[in-house]
Amino acid sequence: MISIEKMTAIEISKNIKNKKISTVEVLDETIKQIKEKDEKIKGFITVAEEEARKQASLIQDKIEKGELLGPLAGVPIAIKDNIDTKNIKTTCASKILYNFVPTFDATVVKNLKDAGAIIIGKTNMDEFAMGSTSETSAFEVTKNPWDLTKVPGGSSGGTCAVVASGQVSCGLGSDTGGSIRQPSSYCGVTGIKPTYGTVSRFGLIAYGSSLDQIGPVAKNVEDCATILETISSYDRFDSTSMRRDKYNFISALKQDVKGMKIGIPKEYLEKGIDDEVKEAVLKAAQIMKEKGAIVEEFSLDLVDYAIPAYYIIACAEASSNLARFDGVKYGYRTKEYEGLHEMYKKSRSEGFGDEVKRRIMLGSFVLSSGYYDAYYLKALKVKRLIKQAYDEAFEKYDLILGPVAPTTAPKIGESLKDPLKMYLSDIYTISVNLAGLPAISLPCALDKNKMPIGVQFIANCFEENKMIAAGHALEKELSENFVPNFSLV
Amino acid sequence: MSREYETVIGLEVHVELATKTKIFCGCKTDFGGAPNTHTCPICTGMPGALPILNKKVVEYAMAVGLATNCKITKHSKFDRKNYFYPDNPQNYQISQLYLPICRDGKVEIEVNGTKKSIGIHEIHMEEDAGKLVHDDWEDVSIVDYNRSGVPLIEIVSEPDMRSSDEVIAYLEKLRQTIQYLGASDCKLNEGSMRADVNISVRKVGQKNFGTRTEMKNLNSFKAISHAIEGETKRQIEIIEANKEVVQETRRWDDNKESSKSMRSKEDAKDYRYFPDPDLPPIYISDEWIEKVRKSQPELREEKLERYKKEFDISEYDATLITESKHLADLFEQTSDICKKPKKVANFILGELLRLLKEKEMDDSEIDFSVEHFAKLIELFDSGVINSTVSKQVFGEIFLNDVDPEKYIKEKNLMVVDDNGTLERIIDEVLEANPKSVADYKEGKKKAIGFLVGQTMKAMSGKAEPSKVNQILTKKLQ
Repeated sequence: MISIEKMTAIEISKNIKNKKISTVEVLDETIKQIKEKDEKIKGFITVAEEEARKQASLIQDKIEKGELLGPLAGVPIAIKDNIDTKNIKTTCASKILYNFVPTFDATVVKNLKDAGAIIIGKTNMDEFAMGSTSETSAFEVTKNPWDLTKVPGGSSGGTCAVVASGQVSCGLGSDTGGSIRQPSSYCGVTGIKPTYGTVSRFGLIAYGSSLDQIGPVAKNVEDCATILETISSYDRFDSTSMRRDKYNFISALKQDVKGMKIGIPKEYLEKGIDDEVKEAVLKAAQIMKEKGAIVEEFSLDLVDYAIPAYYIIACAEASSNLARFDGVKYGYRTKEYEGLHEMYKKSRSEGFGDEVKRRIMLGSFVLSSGYYDAYYLKALKVKRLIKQAYDEAFEKYDLILGPVAPTTAPKIGESLKDPLKMYLSDIYTISVNLAGLPAISLPCALDKNKMPIGVQFIANCFEENKMIAAGHALEKELSENFVPNFSLV
Repeated sequence: MSREYETVIGLEVHVELATKTKIFCGCKTDFGGAPNTHTCPICTGMPGALPILNKKVVEYAMAVGLATNCKITKHSKFDRKNYFYPDNPQNYQISQLYLPICRDGKVEIEVNGTKKSIGIHEIHMEEDAGKLVHDDWEDVSIVDYNRSGVPLIEIVSEPDMRSSDEVIAYLEKLRQTIQYLGASDCKLNEGSMRADVNISVRKVGQKNFGTRTEMKNLNSFKAISHAIEGETKRQIEIIEANKEVVQETRRWDDNKESSKSMRSKEDAKDYRYFPDPDLPPIYISDEWIEKVRKSQPELREEKLERYKKEFDISEYDATLITESKHLADLFEQTSDICKKPKKVANFILGELLRLLKEKEMDDSEIDFSVEHFAKLIELFDSGVINSTVSKQVFGEIFLNDVDPEKYIKEKNLMVVDDNGTLERIIDEVLEANPKSVADYKEGKKKAIGFLVGQTMKAMSGKAEPSKVNQILTKKLQ
């Protein structure tokens, strides 16, 4: 049988269509990969073998009857554990939801199932997507497939690690402040954060509702564009969902980058950035120039204010979003208590981890009377100014090119000691969420320790096609092989 | 109440809107139903579920706003009110604080012939909570989310009322207007209309308001009046004793006719309101406002004017009938069939109101068919039955919606119209009651009443009393 370990999603579905391999065989092989590798990587929280097998035989039938022709038919896909999957446990990597089984599928899961993709399991993450290393998970610490002593990044670290280690070809993550792009960069895979409102949030367990977007993680730009086109839809169950004229992500792969104007914010390259990361960005710039794009540096103000504004807005929303986890209706309830208030207090104290508690407290504080104007309203003002600054930039440029994170993946345990330092590592990704913009992260170089370095293209709202075209053009010119040494795993 | 003091009252009135489905999901809003059967992931706050606004809620809120002379907020927004309680599955209520849908309205009330305008500060939309039931036997609390997400509007008045009469007149006015709009049935006993009353007292002539208290748990107009009187007295006593009224929320106990402090201002909750990021702002265009305004049904004032012109009934009767949309609808529909508005009005204002009072029913609970009612009027008008029988039959229609024609036939209640029978019976009555005959002839004219009664009894009520009287008078001469 042919090995699927290094295949992309599109290659897998082509092989199924050409009858070189069946859906059930792909699933068997995927489960074998997971059994071999995930003991060390710890990227999955739940492997839904039984559900996947049920789906696989149904889908094989439909493919044979010619009812399923799409590019994801029969492809196993990993889903971040904050996205609702009917009959499959969905925990947000939190003790408070340790046993929660949703009664419905998130809209993205429904869209994937309709396209014939097979939900293979649920991946580890920072608890409630709060963190940048996936270490705040209540259940396990996911390892970076390139170096098992390092973190995969976060919060979608599980999805990125299982894709990078070849357990699956692709997966879904969610991005509130960089949670798809940063772990993609650390793990050497490609990830997209779409324009806010492009992908339905119905069934995404909210962290910062006004910033959250679900997006794809895969081994290349083509797969990402294909998955994004599949999961995107106007959804009447999500009132913040946008009705877009077209979802032309796959066709964007053919778009030429010649004459495209690309700006690099010079502030991004000035301080706090690792030299090798800076080199990777400049290398990407050089390649884009060679492909006929016009690349220049420009000044993007307000970078410094993005982090505080982000933590105020995201935490304020989180403090309210996470209030429903109280031990009353589902999930964890403390064993012994007297009266309602003690039940609430103990269930939440025992059920949430430190980082989540820290953000709930911060969010509750900034919304308290007397502080609302000083913090929350001011943060919203900063958000508007950041959007304005980007609007101005996009009057001049088609795309913005920059680093994803200041460094490559840190060692496990390093970041938790200093949360503030961890917050600062989101500096290049956060403002994109505040402005609601789309961005793509893709690997561009390897550092001296053979760790992958990602770069990101940021586009104006609804212009994913430009960044997909640029990412696709760039990846074709790269000589590196962004596949970790599987023997390590 | 002491004449030195005046009471200042403002109201927060919650009204459940009559939409078929809930405010943020497609579940039914029907009252009752087995616990947790009108629920879904959205109204039970399941992780990942999101709210979708029911457009009809916005239109009802606009309709009430327009009928109470409010300005409609063109960019309105929902906010989250954060507090922990198990009847609220998300532990926040979606409500409106910063940009409520309606502002700056007013309604006219009339108390003892004096007209007064009561200001409306705002009307905002929000979701209702579920219901908690404590099971003492098992010592557990059970929650029913059927009501969770039922749409509400909260109508906040200005502190413009000065007596419980004004408060009741204001509430009656709101109820009448909202019922006319069809926006709610406004039943206090089922909780589809609820009022919290803010009360303070001050010396007459004093400019500043006194410290106010908020009274909750008022389930009837009677409870509201009693609570206002009780709280006014309590506050005056505190002031007279040179103490200070504490700003607090109090709970009215209708059985004890007194209130108890629930919480004071110091431990007032901080609800940490902020705009709900799951719901985009609502933009209300001029066209939308016009559309709602145009589809506004005829309200009370217009209806009253029309009745005066269209129907041959007294202004007094028209006023009484149009006070309730239910009575007005009944009147109009019945009159349309039988074309005898005067008689219809008499029945509604006489027998119907009497029966409603006797059975302690609300006029919204009337559910007999107008066809039966109209037929009864026709039978009575054409003399097939007499007035006494018509009342008896109306009672049967009211309770069991019987077909009057069939019922009268079955029970043999038609007026006996052949003079032979009647004269024979009268002769028998005269013969059996010589004393009354003698009394009458001696000038005690009242004795005839007794004889009419005896005749009616002997006829089993099926005679026309005036006719009996006429024959008797002739025979006694």
